[in-house]
Amino acid sequence: MEILLSRFRNLTVLLILVVAQLVLLAYQVKTADDLPLIRVWAVTALTPVASALEAVRETTVGFFRDYFLLKQAQEENRRLKAEIGQLKLSNHYLKAELETIERTQSLAEFRSRTPSKTLPARVIMSGTGTDSKVVFLDRGSGSGVKKGMAVITPDGIVGRVINSYPTASQVLLVTDPSFAAGVVSQKGRVRGTLKGGPGRNTCIVDHVQNEEKVEVGEWFYTSGDDRVFPKGLPAGQVRSVREGKTLKEIVVAPSGLQSSLEEVLIVLEGVHQAIPQAPAPSEGEIYLLPPPPPEGGESDGSGQPGENGSPLRTDADELLQRYQRIGEAQGHVYGKHGTRPPEFNVRPPAQTAPVPPQGSGPQTAAPPRTGSNLSAPPGTPATDGRTGTSTQPAPVRRPAPPLTPSPAERKPEASPRPR
Amino acid sequence: MTEFGERLLIDVPRKSRSSRFRPAVLILIPLGSILFQVYVPNFVESLSYLELPLLVTVYFSLMRRRPVSGSFIGAGIGLVQDALSHQPLGMFGIVKTLVGYFAASVSLRFDVDNLALRFFLSFFFFVFHQLFYWVMVRALLAQALGFDFAQTLLFGLLNAIVALPLFAVLDKLKETG
Repeated sequence: MEILLSRFRNLTVLLILVVAQLVLLAYQVKTADDLPLIRVWAVTALTPVASALEAVRETTVGFFRDYFLLKQAQEENRRLKAEIGQLKLSNHYLKAELETIERTQSLAEFRSRTPSKTLPARVIMSGTGTDSKVVFLDRGSGSGVKKGMAVITPDGIVGRVINSYPTASQVLLVTDPSFAAGVVSQKGRVRGTLKGGPGRNTCIVDHVQNEEKVEVGEWFYTSGDDRVFPKGLPAGQVRSVREGKTLKEIVVAPSGLQSSLEEVLIVLEGVHQAIPQAPAPSEGEIYLLPPPPPEGGESDGSGQPGENGSPLRTDADELLQRYQRIGEAQGHVYGKHGTRPPEFNVRPPAQTAPVPPQGSGPQTAAPPRTGSNLSAPPGTPATDGRTGTSTQPAPVRRPAPPLTPSPAERKPEASPRPR
Repeated sequence: MTEFGERLLIDVPRKSRSSRFRPAVLILIPLGSILFQVYVPNFVESLSYLELPLLVTVYFSLMRRRPVSGSFIGAGIGLVQDALSHQPLGMFGIVKTLVGYFAASVSLRFDVDNLALRFFLSFFFFVFHQLFYWVMVRALLAQALGFDFAQTLLFGLLNAIVALPLFAVLDKLKETG
């Protein structure tokens, strides 16, 4: 037996192993039971390693994922930066285009509004020199441009054509010391001469006596005296005022050159305009009540001949008219004996007021005031004349030009008692 | 007999050509192969065809050149595989016991350092392993397990291809002297 085992040792071991496992299998199949011990050993031996491997894998994968994400983010960042650069360029271009369109629209609007005949032109180049105050326009004598014509923008005057070529014209800007234009101040109507100033973008108003009153912030308009610029164009706003020996030293910011000069208008045929009224002093808003409603329906209470040309009347005249209308309404003849006296407490029939002539009043630059604002009783919210919406009691600037309420607004609100 | 055939056959004493491994290698490499089989296919599903425990069994059996050692190595690896499977213990154990025994028996007659022989033996034992496991499942457990022979051959080829570099790496772990 020993010889047999030693000779077939390998086969014997194999058989033992296989038979043992077959028995193991048979036991499990037969009893439908498991041997959890071996499985627990195997799982216990392998799961820690698997957990460690999973942690290493997770860390490694996370690291590389973060790395690639970072690379991707870097790439995306680079791409977005390039895109932002492109968008910025595009934005700048579109903004410039928009500004050009706005300027063109403003120019066209101003051109349609101004009575002067103008020709739109574009600044194509400036004069030579570092401190050049000369520009060239793309319109010349071929377009009807002549030497001496005014060049303006909606913001104000720009300069004067000093040379006209067939395809271009040369313009001397208002900031050049040799430029001169007659101007007048808006408030005090102080006249002077606008010249190029010492600064790069400033002008001075010369020939203004120290006695004249000119305020900082006041506007100067062209006076039309120079026969170049039509009257009424804005020239500039006063930046500083100092008194000199005999003449004031007034520095003005030319309004036509405040923004970049690209599109201008050449005045082919100038038409003088009125200088707009100065706005009311803005020393705080002062509340003023609306004017009181007229007493009675017949009179505006002024006693003055109004715009309709009615004669001067007294209270006695008004009373007489009132009684006459009451008598006529009740068929009573005053002085006739035996008739019943009329009832004076009834309201007399309304008198048709004469309509004042329209459009005969002087034109002023004061803002229009509606009659509803004027005739509203105290405490009643004022009404915006343009929109018709009810607003708070409108603060009225002083001095406010007295406006006459319309006849329809003169109706009495209550029946007056005879006096 | 051809020259190639003569080179395959060895006439040196088997004990002198038996390779030795550290016990840690004999434990960790099989465990690592089992771990690979249960862990890596979760992330790389295409690697599920790899039967690394079988290849490790074949390698150690071939290198040890002792059928008893091969049988024990196969039985141990197979039982651990069984422990992690849903089948009763012993299915992979019996199959790998036989694989280990036969591989060690083959190594007594052939030069197992030869790459072609390694390739062929890896392929052969993979097919044998799959076929015998299928027979056992049907015979002992009466389970209707399908068997795709063409797929088994293809996977056998793939495992044999993987076996060549794997065996080369494992050769580095042999104890010298």
